[in-house]
Amino acid sequence: MSALTAIARHEARRIFVSPLAWTVLAVIQFIMGLSFFLLLGEMVNNPGSLNQYSGVADYIGGGLFGFSAVLLLLIVPLMTMRLFAEDKKSGSLTLLTTAPASLTEIVLGKFLGLTVFFLAVLVPMALMPFSLMSGTDLDTGRIFAGLLGQLLLMLSFGAAGLFVSALTKEPVIAAVGGFGLLLVVWLLEAMAYGGGLFSELFRYLSLIGHFEKLRRGVFDTADVAYYLLFITFFLWLAVQRLDIERS
Amino acid sequence: MQQDILIEARGLTRRYGPHIAVQGIDLTLRRGEILGLLGPNGAGKSTTMKMLTGNLAPSSGSVKINGIDMAAEPKKAKQALGYLPELPPVHPEVTVDEYLDFVAALHGVPKTTRKAAVAKAKQSCGLNEMSRRLIGNLSKGFQQRVGLAQAIVHQPPVIILDEPTVGLDPIQIREIRALISALAQNHSVILSSHILPEIQAVCSRVMIVHRGRVVFQDSMAAVTAQNASRLAAVFRNAPKTFTVPGIAGTQSLGEGRFVFTPDAGADPREALIAESVKQGWGLLELKTEGRTLEEIFVSLTSGETTEIKEAA
Repeated sequence: MSALTAIARHEARRIFVSPLAWTVLAVIQFIMGLSFFLLLGEMVNNPGSLNQYSGVADYIGGGLFGFSAVLLLLIVPLMTMRLFAEDKKSGSLTLLTTAPASLTEIVLGKFLGLTVFFLAVLVPMALMPFSLMSGTDLDTGRIFAGLLGQLLLMLSFGAAGLFVSALTKEPVIAAVGGFGLLLVVWLLEAMAYGGGLFSELFRYLSLIGHFEKLRRGVFDTADVAYYLLFITFFLWLAVQRLDIERS
Repeated sequence: MQQDILIEARGLTRRYGPHIAVQGIDLTLRRGEILGLLGPNGAGKSTTMKMLTGNLAPSSGSVKINGIDMAAEPKKAKQALGYLPELPPVHPEVTVDEYLDFVAALHGVPKTTRKAAVAKAKQSCGLNEMSRRLIGNLSKGFQQRVGLAQAIVHQPPVIILDEPTVGLDPIQIREIRALISALAQNHSVILSSHILPEIQAVCSRVMIVHRGRVVFQDSMAAVTAQNASRLAAVFRNAPKTFTVPGIAGTQSLGEGRFVFTPDAGADPREALIAESVKQGWGLLELKTEGRTLEEIFVSLTSGETTEIKEAA
């Protein structure tokens, strides 16, 4: 297990010494801050939009997290593109594959390192709605459900992106491919609207449908299980992919 | 358990589709040995090393490191390995210290001894002044040294180096060679190269690979002993013919340079010098010369058909 933690710590370090990570964090916080501010202004100008079913947590939290999901779709592939592709290109993946670490440990280690970055995205994002606590009675449960959804969504995007990164040597191709994959899984929801034989299946498989419920504050173990399965599936695929490369 | 044989590879074969990169290579590495793997570009040296280090699964054949089968227990087998691939597997965005600390942790060096291990590896590779520099900002030669430090930081019994001196300047090459010789006191080393003097300078045994097969294998001492089989001489006033007992053949290279092939087991040097003084041939230079590693290499790897030679 020590190899796993060593890889995770080192990957987190590698992510945070890159200017890309800080640029991404800055852009996310700027855009989220802006939309938080706009949502707040909108709410203040139309106090009538709040009623007994929809409170501040819903309006601000829900609005914020709905918007950030789109932002993450664009940005997570940029964070995952280098995970394996760059190491393969520079040849430094050999370091990990020669070390006494299993492929599962390598993949999980990289994924955990990425998770550290995701937490760094999440914490300032959580502070925005919580900053309203001093002025109003906030439904913290809803916010927490939304944050959990946000984290699960990021981890799912991350797992899919990590898998695509393991497919290629070119980080840019990994980014484009990762983005394409995520968009397709996202848009399965739209395909479900068309009706037909598989519409239920498409609706279930779509990433965003499960996020919607959490965003609205509904915690359902089925949704959480969906994300955990999604993450496990893509990490497993990445391990398989690396194993194929060896043989 | 102390094993005398650290690497035992049997019948290693690797196919890429219809192309056979390595075919039936047997390789044994004993404790304290430096084995030189020699071969033209594309001979299968790197492929062999990738299979030995578990980075590539052999199509057939087996690898045992320190008595542990690579296919059955890869994690345990890899613990005994240090590997420097063709490209040093470094992370350019971190410092030398951060990188080596990670490599040590990755190989299970406990936290308490990690600092000392990193310091020792840096000392061996001459990296002390580079500790806090970003690897990406180092020159090619220093990056190569970081790659070497990475292979030895956890003190593995077996060190595998794929062209360790490529891209280095002559002084650095000498330093790396000295380092490899020093390493051989406590470790066994496999070294690949296509630079012949390098192999000659550091290796105790040499193995020539051509088209995925072993075409020559012998100890360096035996290769050097074979060298004493011919005489090269330079004369100021060379005669038309040499009548010296013990010389079987004469070959003129022009400008008074000659190569003599002695009779089997004979050493005609003394007789040649005495005759030269007596006849006034003006002997300027005399040295033993023979089949050098280079000649062996060229003769085995340049022809279309190569005879497989296996010496003791």
